[in-house]
Amino acid sequence: MTLLPVLPIIVPLAGAVLCMLTRKSLLLQKIIAMATSFIILLVSILIMLETKDGTIAVMSVGGWKAPFGITLAIDMLSSMMLILVGLLAVGITAYSCQDLDEERMRFGFFPLMLILLMGVNGAFITGDLFNLYVWFEVLLTASFILLALGGERPQLEGSIKYVTLNLLSSALFLAGIGIFYGMAGTLNMAELAHVIQQGERGGLVTMVAVMFIMAFGIKCGMFPLYFWLPASYPTPPAAVTALFSGLLTKVGVYSLIRVFTLIFSTDPEFLHGLILVGASLTMLSGVLAAACQYDMRKILAVHIVSQIGYILMGLGLFTRLALTGAIVYLMHVIIVKTNLFLIAGAVKRIKGTTDLHKLGGLYKERPGLSILFILSAMSLAGIPPLSGFFAKLTLIISGLQVESWWIVVTALGVSLLTLYSMTKIWAYVFWKPAPEPLPDVNPMSQGQWMLFLLPIIGFSVIIVAISVFAGPIFEFADVAAGQLMNPQGYMDAVLGGRQ
Amino acid sequence: MEVLLAVVIGTLYGGGLYLMMRRNLVQLIIGLGLLSHGANLLIFIAAGLRQGGAPIIAEGKKVFLTLPADPLPQALILTSIVISFAVTAFALVLFLRTYQEVGTNDLDEMKETDT
Repeated sequence: MTLLPVLPIIVPLAGAVLCMLTRKSLLLQKIIAMATSFIILLVSILIMLETKDGTIAVMSVGGWKAPFGITLAIDMLSSMMLILVGLLAVGITAYSCQDLDEERMRFGFFPLMLILLMGVNGAFITGDLFNLYVWFEVLLTASFILLALGGERPQLEGSIKYVTLNLLSSALFLAGIGIFYGMAGTLNMAELAHVIQQGERGGLVTMVAVMFIMAFGIKCGMFPLYFWLPASYPTPPAAVTALFSGLLTKVGVYSLIRVFTLIFSTDPEFLHGLILVGASLTMLSGVLAAACQYDMRKILAVHIVSQIGYILMGLGLFTRLALTGAIVYLMHVIIVKTNLFLIAGAVKRIKGTTDLHKLGGLYKERPGLSILFILSAMSLAGIPPLSGFFAKLTLIISGLQVESWWIVVTALGVSLLTLYSMTKIWAYVFWKPAPEPLPDVNPMSQGQWMLFLLPIIGFSVIIVAISVFAGPIFEFADVAAGQLMNPQGYMDAVLGGRQ
Repeated sequence: MEVLLAVVIGTLYGGGLYLMMRRNLVQLIIGLGLLSHGANLLIFIAAGLRQGGAPIIAEGKKVFLTLPADPLPQALILTSIVISFAVTAFALVLFLRTYQEVGTNDLDEMKETDT
């Protein structure tokens, strides 16, 4: 038994503790946070090397064998998510070292961010439902404080809605877990899947499944449970918003994918049908709500909702091809969305506002930033040959294969409207002449500006790389989707053939 | 006993959700507390109520003398009580800061960030 699977939890925890110990010195904190982020990325790459041939890395914490102890199980989907966490950790730490104000750093931004990463990593690798609940609480508590850190009025107002809705979702999740335990006598996901496959539990399983859809739906921003998201996400500084949009909602989506492929795979007619309806409404309402916004960060925040819809569409269609599309989409949207928020942060940094009416003429002033924006924006809208195109194409092909015409029509229409929103930002912020000249609020030297842009350039390179290496990525996602569609492999790996 | 506890849980959920829908911040946090108590009790009875000894096998024996109560739900509830205690403490501070910043505890006055 190797200790590798537990490292994604231990490394950020150690980094957070070190940051707390050196809270007097900002420079030391920055160095520790940066080093920890690189180690997280390194560990996730090592795990990827271990699991890329389809083996599932399993570890029983404390030596208590499944289903009695807590199991950590990393399949290909989990290891892909771990890599994304590592990439985001590096990029956002680098960005926040440049952009974040000193007060927030002094009040513990770095330790909180590392605790958040620990919670996210834990949620991605756990194989136990109650443990998943605990990781959710870990990352939520860190995110509550990150969201409110700074104590500006909009932040506090947003935090109240965020905290309330997330606590409601946790209570629902906990109640579902309780009923599950009473029904099956275990909370190990593999064992639960085994119990439910044997059948004879009928209505209660469906009820718990719907409770889980509600609980994870609130967390990931599914229709009609997403109204806390646009109210709270645009309020904190850009680095925090980028982190949240990249990871928090995606943990909800990941949990939905995990639970609804492994445990609740016996009644796809009703449950996955429900998710599919939710997915189309999520896409549509998200993109329509974004169309009437005139603030760059608000538009991007509301767009998170509509992107979630695409991933849920892959889960709702519930075929191997659809899940492949969902996995690639997940990978693409985490990078692209984070990058767009960082670009919005850069605009705010140089001009002091993200209001579309006040901005203008940035293409002339900052051609580099404009090119980085248009690359990410077109990728989000799904213009070939950028990364979003392949993911959307796969989802649409899989929708056509199962003859779900209405979801295909919705997905295509929403794609057009996404293009509209992105063009709107482009036209207002970068292209039209500024209504009245806005001086730079934060003049930076050329060198500082390049350093500031470095994480954004890095993410843009990854976006291009996803498009260039679409072939190998799709092969990987296809195998990962195969693992998800055939939960027997996961169950065997966790339970060790004892059934 | 199950029926009585089921009624109690229903009341806790109902009261919690009702209070959460009020406009007052203090009632909101009491509602959140009631909701988490309801969930804890739900775990407690969903796992089955049983009178029995502690789940410890007596010395020199291989099996339980009497059928013991299941210890796991209590461990789960303990964990979730600790979590909800911490989260409630945080929420109280957050609500206090918001009250000081906004100057009211009426949620209808806090619509600045809504769209």
